[in-house]
Amino acid sequence: MIFRSAVFVRQALKAPARRYATETGQVNYLSSFKLPKLMNNQLRKTRLYNFHVENGAKMVPFAGYSMPLSYGDVGQVASHNHVRSSAGLFDVGHMVQSKRLSRSHSHAIPRMVNSELIVCVKSIQFDFGGIIDDTVVTKHAEDAFYVVTNAGRRERDLAWFEEKLEEWNSSENAKKGLVEMEVLEDWGLLALQGPEAASYLQGLTSLDLRKLTFGTSAFVPIEGFNLHVARGGYTGEDGFEISIPPSQTVEVAKLLSKSPVQLTGLGARDSLRLEAGMCLYGNDLDEDTSPVEAGLSWVIGKARKESGGFIGAEDVREHLINGPPRRRVGFLIEGAPARQGAKIFSGDEQIGMITSGIPSPTLNQNIAMGYVKSGLHKKGTELEVEVRSKRRKAVVTAMPFVKSNYWRG
Amino acid sequence: MQAVLRRTLISSSPLLRHPVTSLSRSWRPSGFRNIVTKKFTAEHECVAFDDASGLGVITITDHAQSSLGDVVFVELPKVGTNVAQHEQIGAVESVKAASDIYAPVSGTIEAINEELSGQPSLLNKSPEEKGWLCKIKLSNPSEASVH
Repeated sequence: MIFRSAVFVRQALKAPARRYATETGQVNYLSSFKLPKLMNNQLRKTRLYNFHVENGAKMVPFAGYSMPLSYGDVGQVASHNHVRSSAGLFDVGHMVQSKRLSRSHSHAIPRMVNSELIVCVKSIQFDFGGIIDDTVVTKHAEDAFYVVTNAGRRERDLAWFEEKLEEWNSSENAKKGLVEMEVLEDWGLLALQGPEAASYLQGLTSLDLRKLTFGTSAFVPIEGFNLHVARGGYTGEDGFEISIPPSQTVEVAKLLSKSPVQLTGLGARDSLRLEAGMCLYGNDLDEDTSPVEAGLSWVIGKARKESGGFIGAEDVREHLINGPPRRRVGFLIEGAPARQGAKIFSGDEQIGMITSGIPSPTLNQNIAMGYVKSGLHKKGTELEVEVRSKRRKAVVTAMPFVKSNYWRG
Repeated sequence: MQAVLRRTLISSSPLLRHPVTSLSRSWRPSGFRNIVTKKFTAEHECVAFDDASGLGVITITDHAQSSLGDVVFVELPKVGTNVAQHEQIGAVESVKAASDIYAPVSGTIEAINEELSGQPSLLNKSPEEKGWLCKIKLSNPSEASVH
């Protein structure tokens, strides 16, 4: 059975910033949401920590986890190019996998997913709808959904989901069936990405992978394991994201990392996703940004765009109808690469900010994405960015920067 | 070379934050009586000062290049620019990060390594020789002193 996945941007309301003064008199702003902290600032480890170290990984802190930046002597550029030309395996087990289950065969979950759980929350006292997280949801049945969210948003997401579930289960809706959330703690998640990913994985399974098209998933028998495999990824290449029970993670990682597949770290993951024009939560998306500004209103279904009926609809529709004040765009930049935080100018006026930028290993050009004032977002618009106190020419460019290579059957 | 390493993906600031000021002095009485003094900065730059020519050759250390990873872009000052000690004079960039270069000494930029614009990887292969960044005519040679 093949399941269909969907990408959602969960929209929330910017929590009112609470102002407080520190002991040193400095004024800080706190979100009203408290995040539980790990004891002693300890980093979490995925099940593959030892596997990475044995393979020569340089481990770095990322989203509360110790994760591989690169392996052995393989530089970021070589590693990046290998994924574009062959195949790479990424440990993305730091991401949060969870399920939504309903006890009854009702339509409770789809309705929650459609209207509240996924494109989420606005309540009346807030001014503006922003993005809590970007989320992939896969419908396994009318009453069962598989959800993957970002590691860096773990506490925020889980607390938010629990709050929404409680609201649902204590409302009239509960009659249609209670909804439960189960977090798949410690489960493995591996991304096999690249033009040779499909032929490699096909060698390990009897299931015809040609039927598994981009955006769908299935339970796939892989050398005696039965694993949830979703076709897609975060590189722009064809590939798979494979969910693995904790005890099988190391064995599956070994199975999936033989030649020509190379282990690939966070460094290459970032440059690949930026070439693919994809957002990194925290850089390119945050709670102050609406899905319309981010160019992600395609995640909202046509019917709901028109009828509303989802939390946050009022602000989102305002942006849809009247246009957002700023928009996320891509840039090609001359001279030096512009990084996150670089100011964007039109003449003397600052009209935006770069949110991600790198020298692209595939294109040998400096690429970036950022937000600009609406009206200056059209392809070909010539602007300037400031890098090390000097202005550099920046031309608004369509994304993805590198053509995507998905298997659509 | 201050590790400004703007956060591209890593939440904690990485790599070059190991402020080590190591000093070394290499005497080179190779027939001539000139003395080359090497001074390392906390920012992982090095200036090799030749007291005969009055020129200091600016490089980054092997540790710095290895922390940065594949260098893909180098920005250098223009020849003839007057620079003050600790002034930012350019940057060395890998895919993941940009690191600013600071002048370890005051003076005038006498030459820059033109090879680096076409072959930035020289900084990885030979950071302290073929991958030299620029030559500064010192206005205050005592700044190169290791004392």
